[in-house]
Amino acid sequence: MTGTTHVPATSVVGDADPFAPEHLLHPGPLHRALRAAGPVVHLRRYDVHALARHREVRAALVDWQNFRSGAGVGLANFRHETPWRPPSLLLEADPPHHDAPRSVLRDVLAPPALRRLREKWQSTAEELVDAVLAEQEEEFDAFATLAAAFPLKVFPDAVGLGPDGRENLLPYGNMAFNAFGPRNDLVTADAPRVAELSAWVDARCRREALDENGFGARIWAAADRGDLTHDQAPRVVRSLLTAGVDTTVHGLAAALYAFATHPEEWQRLRERPELARVAFDEAVRWQSPVQTFFRTATADIDVAGTVVPEGSKILMFLGSANRDPDRWDDADRFDLGRDPSGHVGFGMGIHQCVGQHVARLEAESLLTALARRVERIELCGEPRRHLNNTLRSWAFLPVRVRPAR
Amino acid sequence: MVVHSLAQSRRIQTAGTVTLTVRAKEVVADGVVSLVLARPDDGRLPDWTPGSHIDLVLPDGTSRQYSLCGDRWDAHTYRIAVLREPAGRGGSAYVHDRLAPGDLVGVGGPRNHFTLAPAERYVFIAGGIGITPLLPMVRQAAQTDIDWRLLYGGRTRATMAFLDELSAAYGDRVDIVPQDERGLLDLDAWLNRHFPGTKVYCCGPAPLLAAVARSCGDWPAHDLRTERFTAADSAPVRQTPFEVELRRSRVTVTVSADTSVLQAVRQAGADVLSSCEQGTCGTCLTPVLDGTPDHRDSVLGDHERAAGDCMLPCVSRSCGDRLVLDL
Repeated sequence: MTGTTHVPATSVVGDADPFAPEHLLHPGPLHRALRAAGPVVHLRRYDVHALARHREVRAALVDWQNFRSGAGVGLANFRHETPWRPPSLLLEADPPHHDAPRSVLRDVLAPPALRRLREKWQSTAEELVDAVLAEQEEEFDAFATLAAAFPLKVFPDAVGLGPDGRENLLPYGNMAFNAFGPRNDLVTADAPRVAELSAWVDARCRREALDENGFGARIWAAADRGDLTHDQAPRVVRSLLTAGVDTTVHGLAAALYAFATHPEEWQRLRERPELARVAFDEAVRWQSPVQTFFRTATADIDVAGTVVPEGSKILMFLGSANRDPDRWDDADRFDLGRDPSGHVGFGMGIHQCVGQHVARLEAESLLTALARRVERIELCGEPRRHLNNTLRSWAFLPVRVRPAR
Repeated sequence: MVVHSLAQSRRIQTAGTVTLTVRAKEVVADGVVSLVLARPDDGRLPDWTPGSHIDLVLPDGTSRQYSLCGDRWDAHTYRIAVLREPAGRGGSAYVHDRLAPGDLVGVGGPRNHFTLAPAERYVFIAGGIGITPLLPMVRQAAQTDIDWRLLYGGRTRATMAFLDELSAAYGDRVDIVPQDERGLLDLDAWLNRHFPGTKVYCCGPAPLLAAVARSCGDWPAHDLRTERFTAADSAPVRQTPFEVELRRSRVTVTVSADTSVLQAVRQAGADVLSSCEQGTCGTCLTPVLDGTPDHRDSVLGDHERAAGDCMLPCVSRSCGDRLVLDL
């Protein structure tokens, strides 16, 4: 093992706090500096090694043997710190414990299982877009009325959640994704609601709280078949509720923002609505709703000549990998002509987003409905981000549309 | 309608599989050889879980399924064990008599129809070469501190693979029962009482599976999980080109033996999103309008495969001369 490091001791980027508001707001410059500094950069403030290039991020994502998730995929190391909630059986687990929950949830959310939702979601999307166009003036907040409204309508129904309290879903997800970062102001701001929101979500994961036809009931049915234990079932349901809402909402917002700022790409989608799936993945690549995740080294690992010590944390910049010019031509450009396959916005390997097909179906439904009904979409004010330690999120996305005649 | 033809290369390899090198070949019992397979560049192999099998595609095009019996923490090699089967169609004979270290083989999968579900206690029962899928399960159970036992029967001690490995690692948790020394497995003694939380995993010849099912009697059905070891060769991967019609695009493309359907339809101009390109993530799922797909993925369930109305073009192919896709 070679012990050389590519990072000069004086490198400025090594002192950066990627969770500081200025970097969360505008991650591009930090990402460029990290990629330029080397394949691996030691971030002194948190004593973690950062990977920001596509090659190293992808390699770490697939290498579960050396980069474990069971010690947490945030900054907190579960070997030394007690997690804020019982760990996820998927995201924060390694083989062999990861196998059964993953296998069950993969089958529940596999593309064939989603086919029965397709028509319903398409018509729901059309109704929503019609209603927005009818009720709103031609200027409205696309974040609230479309990006948030559509997933919050279809996804909890698909899980089998009752009607009450759905307004808790986004704050719960926001809290969970903040918790992967350091205990900064964002985490402090969530603290007063942790107990209340956690209790609400945990109660929704019980069998009797779930409609018998939803994803949640199918997870419980898997426990009845012995493919999971009955103790595991509610925590697998919890994964759906944690990871399946905010991510999709901000992914859809990313796509709407992309089209509102790239009118020529909107015309391409209008001409070829079948590009909706590619468009969503390109938006996920371009904006990377999930910006970062951590791993923990299972041994002293040589990453491109730098030794990452056993037990230490590795910070993977998915958003930077998705803009790495060594992997993507004209990486900063949102381009429907590009093949975004291979982006790491959903991760890669055994922990790759198990709900990615659900997210794509939601996006395809909404974008297709919009493309049929909206001739032009453009910003009509300054969009506002919402800061989160992990998610590249939105608060406000003012658009002006011209309905198609 | 435009007909594209993709240039054929001289590689023997069939798309939908990866080309692996035989790194080692070892006799592990009378009539059983183990093979260690790796990528020629030693790169990572697709992930797998205990109970998984791969398709081994031999240079003559025959394809057979073998359980992975190595260590999944080693991402760079697969291990399988092959029983010589005089009644087989020659696949096992080829492996035993002709295949040598350094040779290239095609490998499809892995797929798992025999997953290890959580339990408080496992009873593993192996008959003969049926030990192979159970080996990684045993290792995993041992690793997670779950109570387990292995009952392993075979004709004679000499025909039973991995005895030393099992005894050295697990001692008396393993009960080795050569028929010529100790007779048939005393299944009733092992299975007469059902302890809640116990799962039985059994792999072996059909008569063993039937006997285990009888002994389990009124156990809840899902607590007994079996995989039949069969001598039947699976259908070979098609070696000749086939046509894929992209109906919406009004294009037909010829897919040669060394090209994936995904590559071919992309070259013909179709936008198909993909991610893993190993048949595991499901991103490239494509509706099939006509023709019979040769499913090589690990995503679709048995009934979805049988329905044949969708496929994963990154690894899956065609059984017949023509497929029609909704692209």
